Amino acid sequence: MKKIEAIIQPFKLEEVKEALKGIGIDGMTVTEVRGHGRQKGHKEVYRGQEYNVDLLPKVKMEMVVADSRCNEVVSALVAAARTGKIGDGKVFVSDVAEAIRIRNDDRGDAAL
Amino acid sequence: MLKSGTGVVLLAGVAFAQAPADLEARLKSLESAARTAQSAGDNAWMLVSAALVLMMTGPGLALFYGGLVRKKNVLATMMQSFILMALVTVVWAVCGYSLAFGGGGPFLGDFSHFLLDGVGSAPNPDYAGTIPQQTFMVYQLMFAIITPALISGAFAERMKFSAMVLFMVLWSLVVYFPMAHMVWGKGGFLNTFLGGKVPCLDFAGGTVVHITSGVSALVCALYLGKRRGYPSESMKPHSMVLSFIGACLLWVGWFGFNAGSALGASGLATSAFVATHFAAASAALGWVVAEWMKNGKPSVLGAISGSVAGLVAITPASGFVKPMPALLIGFAAGIVCYFMVGKVKHKFGYDDSLDAFGVHGAGGTLGAILTGVFATNAVNDSLKDASGRPAALGLVDGNAGQILNQIAGAAIAAGLAVIGTYIILRVCDAVLGVRVQPEHEIEGLDLSLHGEEGYVLES
Repeated sequence: MKKIEAIIQPFKLEEVKEALKGIGIDGMTVTEVRGHGRQKGHKEVYRGQEYNVDLLPKVKMEMVVADSRCNEVVSALVAAARTGKIGDGKVFVSDVAEAIRIRNDDRGDAAL
Repeated sequence: MLKSGTGVVLLAGVAFAQAPADLEARLKSLESAARTAQSAGDNAWMLVSAALVLMMTGPGLALFYGGLVRKKNVLATMMQSFILMALVTVVWAVCGYSLAFGGGGPFLGDFSHFLLDGVGSAPNPDYAGTIPQQTFMVYQLMFAIITPALISGAFAERMKFSAMVLFMVLWSLVVYFPMAHMVWGKGGFLNTFLGGKVPCLDFAGGTVVHITSGVSALVCALYLGKRRGYPSESMKPHSMVLSFIGACLLWVGWFGFNAGSALGASGLATSAFVATHFAAASAALGWVVAEWMKNGKPSVLGAISGSVAGLVAITPASGFVKPMPALLIGFAAGIVCYFMVGKVKHKFGYDDSLDAFGVHGAGGTLGAILTGVFATNAVNDSLKDASGRPAALGLVDGNAGQILNQIAGAAIAAGLAVIGTYIILRVCDAVLGVRVQPEHEIEGLDLSLHGEEGYVLES
């Protein structure tokens, strides 16, 4: 099993969800996060007091899929989340040792 | 024939004698009806004005200041304004009104209206001859409430609630009531219209309200020191939306503040209303233009801060100046106050958290001086010279010396504010300690002082 972690632009969430639904993925966890990579933040000024806001709002999606589907899911996700501009985000893929469905104790791919 | 002719003459005589008596009675009742009508009109406007001025403190100032602080201090900041609505009211009822408007001494009133003795529906002709003295009393109370509330912007996010309560009671007694008496009270040292030695023109409280509160605010900011983390940590306003609504309420409430200071529903009230509105408008533009040129963006906070600066500056002038000078005064205030809070504050490094000094102290002083320039008897002819003609008021009337009087009034207000505030802070510090514990400041005053949170989004 692979865990796919994607940090994307918040306004791309709906598009990415639709794309994943289109290839039959409907389990995911979404978190509102803040962060930055190469993208510069922006400057805010309140009565002459300047603040550099470099941690920008992003959305983090996490899903665990069977090894066989990983490439397909990543491709769909990246295609849907891309604008081509700096700040589009990143995808990280890692191995997952085990998955358990709490309701009935299913294990492995059956639990996904 | 002769007899009957005499009778006709006699009858005519009787009829003639009866007519004036009847006319006089009708004239009297007409005069009394006119007085009643004027009194009803004036009283209606003054009660509305009193309510408008209270609206400036809560919710106006509470929202304006509440939005500018961090979200962990929103309730504590709003509470500072709100508790003054309660606290000052009680002090005013007991002795405040009497100390401000009782008696005829130069510096302070007396106890002749202690516990509001003698303050009823009969007018007090010294101040407002067409409205119940009780109306005048409650109208003036609303000024006594908002003035200390303005100071709270300087010590926001770090002053103990208990110390603030004690500070505000003492400040009202030591700074506000004497200053209100000096400028507006009968025989007051600076009162132009009721026998002052140094006639200072202050229609609605440039010296009494804004210079005293603004300068006291600076003393508080310096005495309490900076907020923890200022200016390296982010102290962005947590809700510009709240501040925006608050500023709009302040603008509207200010019509009661300035136009109400005519103390009647008169043409002078209209004139003050127009001047007030014009100054707020041009000041918003002045600040925005200055900021746009300097920072490249016209901010919302700049626009609303500018309008407040203009309202402050026009306050002393509102009942003395024509509409075009009002536009000028506002525009100047917008630019000057922008530089005070955007540049001067950062240069000197004091933490006047919500810019009570930068807006009220600076704007109030500018307004006081410009009143001496633009005040004219074409707007306000209630001051008469020795021959009974309307006296020259400001520079535009040919009375350049008035500018010096205005500076003297501003200096007295500032001096009283500095000395009074410093002594009171020392007293409060010795009795209660003025600043919250560092861990309370980090946790936020809402939780540590009041045991509540402003926003509970999980419930």
